[in-house]
Amino acid sequence: MTAKKKKPREYLRDGPDFTGAPLHEKLSETWRDGPGLIGWIKSVDHKSIGKRYLVTAMVFLALGGVLAALMRLQLSGAEQEIIGPDRYNQIFTMHGTTMMFLFAVPVMDAMAIYLVPLMLGTRNTAFPRLNAFSYWMYLAGGSLLWVAFVLNIGPDAGWFSYTPLSGPEYSLGKRIDVWAQMVTFTEVAALAVAVSLTATILKKRAPGMTLARMPIFVWSILVVSLMVIFSMPSVATASGMLLSDRLVGTQFYNSYEYGDSLLWQHLFWFFGHPEVYIIFLPAAGFVSEIVQAYTGRRTFGYTAIVLALCATGLLAFGLWVHHMFTTGLPRLGYAFYTAASMAVAIPAGIQIFCWIATIWTGRPRFMVPLLWVIGFIVTFVIGGLSGVMLASVPLDLQVHDTYFVVAHFHYVLIGGAVFPLLGAITYWFPKFAGRLMSERLGRIGFWLSFLSFHATFFPMHIVGLQGMPRRVYTYPAGMGWETFNLISSIGAVVFAASVALFAVNMLLSLRKGERAADNPWGAPGLEWATASPPAPYNFAHIPIVADNSPLWNEERPVAYGLRVEDREMIVTTAVEAWPDVREPSPEPTAWPLIAALATTVLFVASIFTPWALVIGAPPVAAALVAWFWPKRHHEGEPVIE
Amino acid sequence: MTSEPQFTTDLEPLPTHAFGHRSLTWWGIVAFFLIEGTAFAVAIAAYFYLMNQDQAWPPPPFLPPDLLAGTLFTVLMLLSEVPNTIAKKAAEHEDLKPVRRMLIAASLIGLALMILRAFEFASLNVLWYQNAYGSVVWLLLVLHTAHIATDWVDTLVLTALMHTKHVSGRKFVDCAENAVYWRFVWLTWLPIYALIYWLPRLAG
Repeated sequence: MTAKKKKPREYLRDGPDFTGAPLHEKLSETWRDGPGLIGWIKSVDHKSIGKRYLVTAMVFLALGGVLAALMRLQLSGAEQEIIGPDRYNQIFTMHGTTMMFLFAVPVMDAMAIYLVPLMLGTRNTAFPRLNAFSYWMYLAGGSLLWVAFVLNIGPDAGWFSYTPLSGPEYSLGKRIDVWAQMVTFTEVAALAVAVSLTATILKKRAPGMTLARMPIFVWSILVVSLMVIFSMPSVATASGMLLSDRLVGTQFYNSYEYGDSLLWQHLFWFFGHPEVYIIFLPAAGFVSEIVQAYTGRRTFGYTAIVLALCATGLLAFGLWVHHMFTTGLPRLGYAFYTAASMAVAIPAGIQIFCWIATIWTGRPRFMVPLLWVIGFIVTFVIGGLSGVMLASVPLDLQVHDTYFVVAHFHYVLIGGAVFPLLGAITYWFPKFAGRLMSERLGRIGFWLSFLSFHATFFPMHIVGLQGMPRRVYTYPAGMGWETFNLISSIGAVVFAASVALFAVNMLLSLRKGERAADNPWGAPGLEWATASPPAPYNFAHIPIVADNSPLWNEERPVAYGLRVEDREMIVTTAVEAWPDVREPSPEPTAWPLIAALATTVLFVASIFTPWALVIGAPPVAAALVAWFWPKRHHEGEPVIE
Repeated sequence: MTSEPQFTTDLEPLPTHAFGHRSLTWWGIVAFFLIEGTAFAVAIAAYFYLMNQDQAWPPPPFLPPDLLAGTLFTVLMLLSEVPNTIAKKAAEHEDLKPVRRMLIAASLIGLALMILRAFEFASLNVLWYQNAYGSVVWLLLVLHTAHIATDWVDTLVLTALMHTKHVSGRKFVDCAENAVYWRFVWLTWLPIYALIYWLPRLAG
């Protein structure tokens, strides 16, 4: 194509003689999405996919939040009948399922998809079409769950759907099948993102960005992606087995036919526990980036933090049984899983001390993202302490399935992941939107959130210790729980309002916020070397990295010579990041959407009939073949250069 | 960039495709090994967990699976590594003729394996709904069948592709990686073969 046009040499590649505005124009033409809705659908740009992932996850956060508010309304007083037991069962199941599968994991994926290629100094992710496919699968899975809920087919056996309650004997109808198939959708989506991000991180780093020079956030995403790869197949297999028990009469979890219902708990928690760290570690990555930017010094203890991230990732796979202390275990099991659960506090503690040391020895600017970090440290430490308490078997036996556990995991999940996330969105908002979020609204929002969060969840520790069970739609009067529950409910209303205020701040700032410079915070990461928001191609010339805070150096060395007529990216070596190969990057296409639609038909139909697997497979295969089949005869180098 | 860039490294001399771990495809394939390998490991763990719960394996009066179809399948699968290796080496040398021949051979072997696999299902001596032993044995076999079916379709598509005008260096990389994937498919079969056919004999 390029050869036929016989353009002069300087138009074929970026370089000293082809830079600035003409290069910008050429690269934009090559890398931008097509116009209109079709262009939007076909996009494989990591920034577009990341943003739509983020918006969708926020919508699910709002939906899950509404359910939480409904539960708090019901529990605000004793013996209330605002919501009946069956609807309440659906609501708490939907809340947990939505928050874990449709908000927490996808929102971290969203941030990573958007930020990682920018932080690595590259133009797109590896396998960008897989990312596009992932988004459509996520959207389909989330829609399935919520459409079913609206039709009164919402799952009602808890977000971990224990057998035998969720088995064919005790859960008639299709509610559990919807849940199990939603799991399949979201696991496929998360695995696809994990593959894409792992390959991006290992093979698409800017030249010179050795593993030891990678931003800490990228390290956290590498660890998390590997955790996804090793944990999610477990829940996907387990939920497939549950579906087949319900649909074709297999006996995996049926103890009357040599099956075992505890097998479900093992397989679920082998995924479910790492899941918590899959949500927490990216948040820890945000914190490391934020403290660095707002203290003007490199994060203290880079190596220690990276090792702590890896250690958490490994330990996460060795403590799933602590969710099963009340099922009866061998003595050695109790001892081992208690020790492992307590051990995970060590890497968490190392990171916290490193962040404190960074703030202590730097010049902190207490802007909104850093406030969220401090709110995170306080809240997460409290949640961590109640976690260490729960790791001890005698205490766990007493408070299992009480509000103490509910308090604990909201401290570690909201305090540990949502607070840093809100800080991170504020911090990177200029990159997403080209504008700054309002500092004033941000401060008000932070303090409202922080105080109302503790008002909501701290009393749950107390009612939990007093024996109030979770997942029961009401409680009798005279147990001494009313006041605490009322405080929790009032706190929840304020907390919901503060999160809504955050959303309002985002929307207002999107339209009217102050225009952002490329690097408004004076941060050291490569993402701040791009325009705000970045051009479709991210970097005009590929940056070369000499240490782990490249923008704090005077020099701006770059690599050049990538073709500009086609989407071309550089592949570097996995450890040292030497430039190795120039590879084409896929063009926009609608095939990931079509493949996702075919897969959706297969998955949804298989809730009702096993023949869906047979009849639904050929369209999926056809879509995948069409996806991979080369669309034009055009490859390799131009003949004339 | 805020300040002027210094042009230090010219990327133009780099190749536009490479084999093995230098190619992005290889990393994608390895990630899928890990995902699918984990799914197999989980299924195998479930197998041992259920076996550990029971007095006898298989539970009486069920008999262990008949050996013939599964063993023939295993032998053919091991032999398939010969054309597979030839295909991989030829692809790495970008030698089109042997690649085409070996892809056709692999497609035919895939067909034979699928037929043998049907007989395997018929020789399990238990149905998936009869007890948890039957369920987990069927699970292992279905999972692995999904594997060979996927790779078979992949091989058919590549065979067709390598007979079109789309042949290029990067397509040779795809052929080489397809051969790597096939190794994974037969390697994972070996423990599953032992679990389905031999462990019930030894444990029973």
